[in-house]
Amino acid sequence: MIEIQDVRKSFGPLEVLKGVSMNVERGEVVSVIGGSGSGKSTLLMCINGLEGIEGGRILVDGTDVHARGTNLNKLRRKIGIVFQQWNAFPHLTVLENVMLAPRRVLGKSRAEAEAIAIEKLTHVGLKDKLFGYPSRLSGGQQQRMAIARALAMSPDYMLFDEVTSALDPQLVGEVLDTMRMLSSEGMTMVVVTHEIRFARDVSNRVAFVHRGRIHEIGSPEQVINNPRRAETIEFLKSVR
Amino acid sequence: MFNATVSAHDILFMLRGAAVTLGLTFWAVLGGTLLGVGFGLLRASLPGWPSLALGLILDIFRSVPLLIQIILANAFAPLVGIDLDGFTIACIVLAVYGAAYCTEIVRASVLAVPLATRRAARSLGMTWSDDLVAIVFPMALRVGLPGWIGLALGLMKDSSLVLWIGVIELLRAAQIVITRTQEPLLVLGVAGAIYFLISFPIARIGEWLERRWREQ
Repeated sequence: MIEIQDVRKSFGPLEVLKGVSMNVERGEVVSVIGGSGSGKSTLLMCINGLEGIEGGRILVDGTDVHARGTNLNKLRRKIGIVFQQWNAFPHLTVLENVMLAPRRVLGKSRAEAEAIAIEKLTHVGLKDKLFGYPSRLSGGQQQRMAIARALAMSPDYMLFDEVTSALDPQLVGEVLDTMRMLSSEGMTMVVVTHEIRFARDVSNRVAFVHRGRIHEIGSPEQVINNPRRAETIEFLKSVR
Repeated sequence: MFNATVSAHDILFMLRGAAVTLGLTFWAVLGGTLLGVGFGLLRASLPGWPSLALGLILDIFRSVPLLIQIILANAFAPLVGIDLDGFTIACIVLAVYGAAYCTEIVRASVLAVPLATRRAARSLGMTWSDDLVAIVFPMALRVGLPGWIGLALGLMKDSSLVLWIGVIELLRAAQIVITRTQEPLLVLGVAGAIYFLISFPIARIGEWLERRWREQ
């Protein structure tokens, strides 16, 4: 379970998160929607400790992410994250991209890591791209590779940071389908997205973030179909 | 009284000089690269002024002509109680001079690795050193290699300056043969050819690596 408690975060004088609280239960898919600059991506970076926080705390399975003694490298093994920019390791083949972390971080043998990588890449539909370099893949394929790379660590949680925003429109579908598949397998997911339809169809809950605060959180039915706050209504109007 | 044509003996003498040049180059490139990688990483990761301070010190070695550095080092080493032969002093000066250049190549190459890529590595639970070894070094190598090859070739040719402190490397050997035979064009031609033969493989290896990496 991820517990976010009154989290505050600033970049210099700019306060990006002004006291955000929410929980994500095991097996749940929570979508975070909101305008650009609302702080939703920053929130994700805070969950796996890529960003520090100034106030509040975040607990993942009871471990305080930003506490002094926390071993972030160990914690990150169970929190996979996929970014907007797909961030392939360009000097490694698709297979090696996915094998790297199991080998280095989990200490798997080459054969074990390869088996895991092939399994995950097959799962996301890249079985025939194993030995090519990422530069030969389309954006959608690179993003699916990034998902496989995160899955290879057998994470308990997956965070998605606007993973379709940098893709050509015709490539968005394949990535969303992969994410749908994961959610149907019971993966716990926090999805920062602009894809309102995806948020409505796949999420258990939707959170609307505006100017560093969660303005509304609840079922997709409630937040997307029957928003109560004026800010939510305005935002939903602007993205439709 | 003496034979005024270039003999096999002279060629052998010059080849021995070439071996000294190779030795100088080897130690200068090795030392310069090791120091340069260390300093370059420091420069790329240290915050503001410590990085600038390090850069400023290394700038001294980049800006003062190598010849002056060699002669000064050779003159001052005994004064401060360092008793080293000319070859060793030459290697040290060349290595420090190379390190000053290599530092900037490494710094620029490391900074060319996108932060987002390094973040992705860390997000998988990789440690700072995992990231360095598996992501930053290989990616930076592809950026920095052409500059590094240029540096290695430059050091090889600059090593000829150490003839001023009495090290008999290839160019000094050639001078000695010229003085005796009075055949400057032929002897310099041979020396030039030897320099070329040393550089050629280095340049080709670099080009071969670059071509291989371009396929990625």
